[in-house]
Amino acid sequence: MFETSVYLDNASSTRLDERVLEAMKPYFFEVYAVATSEFGYSMGIEAKEGLAGAREKLAGMLRAGPEEVVFTSGSTESSNTAIKGVALALGKKKGRHIITTKIEDFPVLHSARALERDGFEVTYLDVDGDGLVDPDKLGESIRKDTILVSIQHANQEIGTVQDVEAIGQICMDKHVLFHTDATHTFRRLPLDVDQVPADLITISAHTIHGPRGVGGLYIREKTPIAKWMDGGYQEFDRRAGIENIPGAVGFAAAAELFTPEENERLRSMRDRILDRALAEVPQTTLNGHREKRTPQNANVTFHLVEGESITLHLDMRGFAVSTGSACFSRSLEASHVIAGIGGDHERAHGSVRFTLSRYNTMEEADAVVDAIAEVVETLRKISPLGKGGRG
Amino acid sequence: MSKFPYSDLVLEHFKHPRNVGEIEDPDGKATEGSPACGDMVSVYIKVDDETKTITDVKFQSYGCASNIATGSIITELAKGKTLEEAKKITWKEASEALGGLPPIKAHCSVLAVEGLRSAIRDHEERHGLVTEKVPTTREVVEKRLKKVMNPLSGLDLVRTKLVSDIEVKDGKVRVVIDLPSNHQFASAIREEIVEKIDSLWDVKEVEVVFTE
Repeated sequence: MFETSVYLDNASSTRLDERVLEAMKPYFFEVYAVATSEFGYSMGIEAKEGLAGAREKLAGMLRAGPEEVVFTSGSTESSNTAIKGVALALGKKKGRHIITTKIEDFPVLHSARALERDGFEVTYLDVDGDGLVDPDKLGESIRKDTILVSIQHANQEIGTVQDVEAIGQICMDKHVLFHTDATHTFRRLPLDVDQVPADLITISAHTIHGPRGVGGLYIREKTPIAKWMDGGYQEFDRRAGIENIPGAVGFAAAAELFTPEENERLRSMRDRILDRALAEVPQTTLNGHREKRTPQNANVTFHLVEGESITLHLDMRGFAVSTGSACFSRSLEASHVIAGIGGDHERAHGSVRFTLSRYNTMEEADAVVDAIAEVVETLRKISPLGKGGRG
Repeated sequence: MSKFPYSDLVLEHFKHPRNVGEIEDPDGKATEGSPACGDMVSVYIKVDDETKTITDVKFQSYGCASNIATGSIITELAKGKTLEEAKKITWKEASEALGGLPPIKAHCSVLAVEGLRSAIRDHEERHGLVTEKVPTTREVVEKRLKKVMNPLSGLDLVRTKLVSDIEVKDGKVRVVIDLPSNHQFASAIREEIVEKIDSLWDVKEVEVVFTE
């Protein structure tokens, strides 16, 4: 294996911030009891307060009430709970139709597919070439038996940010619940429930320099949602299981460290990668919307070459990036997101995602473009598609 | 080091592939795969007419690391061999010569082996050494399915007993695969089967059915 010196796969997971670890430590070594009721023993009460404090902080950032935020094991569980929980609560009472998009991340997409196998009907909305959902199309798709709309805030691969305010408004007008997966936008873009009329929001710590294995689900008061993991009465009787208090405290600590200045810095590094790659490397295509995108995401297709070859060459030079190529994926399928924005397999296979974090520098942004320009040139020389267009 | 999926030899051939490029005026050439399916390999050969040996061989690859490395090793293995010997080079031999390839990458790397065989066949066709077109039968389909790898094991679908039925009727081929339709690799396997079968000259339609 090679030493990774420039990590640019921060949409997958981020480095933990030391300050987060410091905040978590007491809950491993000093206050390690479960959260007891207020009639429990002292350490348990202290643990309960730690958990409540973390919840209040996160709820405050979303302008939500503390009892509207439930801790989970991460964004996969949050989205599963939102979609399956609503389906269980309303499937027999209101209807069995759900609307989502073709480019959602797997927790949403595969939850929808699982419900289809159980007799629910799912509409997968198309997106345009930039990855944007047409709110009018959404409006037309909502039916009497529609129980839930699940549309992500921003895309995991191409960074495109949806107009969740307009989408939420449509859902509210039509009395349909709205879930949004904000795994890649929480603390990076403005998001609060006064502005965005969402009923359910998936958030996660692992994308914001917090610990892995902890996430959250915002559940607007009175939202009908069934509990599907049974056990104790934790999390307002919505999610059974011993609370991950160090995780929750770490999540809140990580979320507190974000500043608008930092997001601006990410945005400038993102723009450097996009502008240089698109201008300096021939035969490239931008993936995602140029402006309406998360500050940390750059995604470019380098035509005529295959992504796993690019990532391995970059790995040998110390850069970690990811690709939408089939050869890179666990299912051997090319990116469904690139397909969703109208790209063919070739565009997916040559797509490279660079996702930035607090720990990246402008020098690194420049270095990865320099490296990829060389790698792509080398690979094009051996490609049978290299001469005379796309084969 | 041991956890990294690629051997040092694979990485070496990936970094510095041998015999890359095109041969001007080749005696045989072939391209396997397509940008649509993911990987693509072109193989060019020069053949000595008297000895029937491969005097030169070059390849080009649009593909992942395994694809590039296998293209490279296959040219080294084929050079100097007779056509009959070169035809018999298997994916297993290529993989062994590279110090082993991950099973999940079999489908990307087998293309290079097929590319070499097809280039030899191209040479033979040009020299009138090949029989006429045979109609597609169950057996022909099964033979093709032996080239589709099961990503779970790196062995082909037939050998791993995933093919539970094959039907051939009026240009329509129906293949039943013993996997659930929501299996992790279902889409990838379907795509590869279609690609292998629909290139047969008398096949108009290919249907892949999963058992669940």
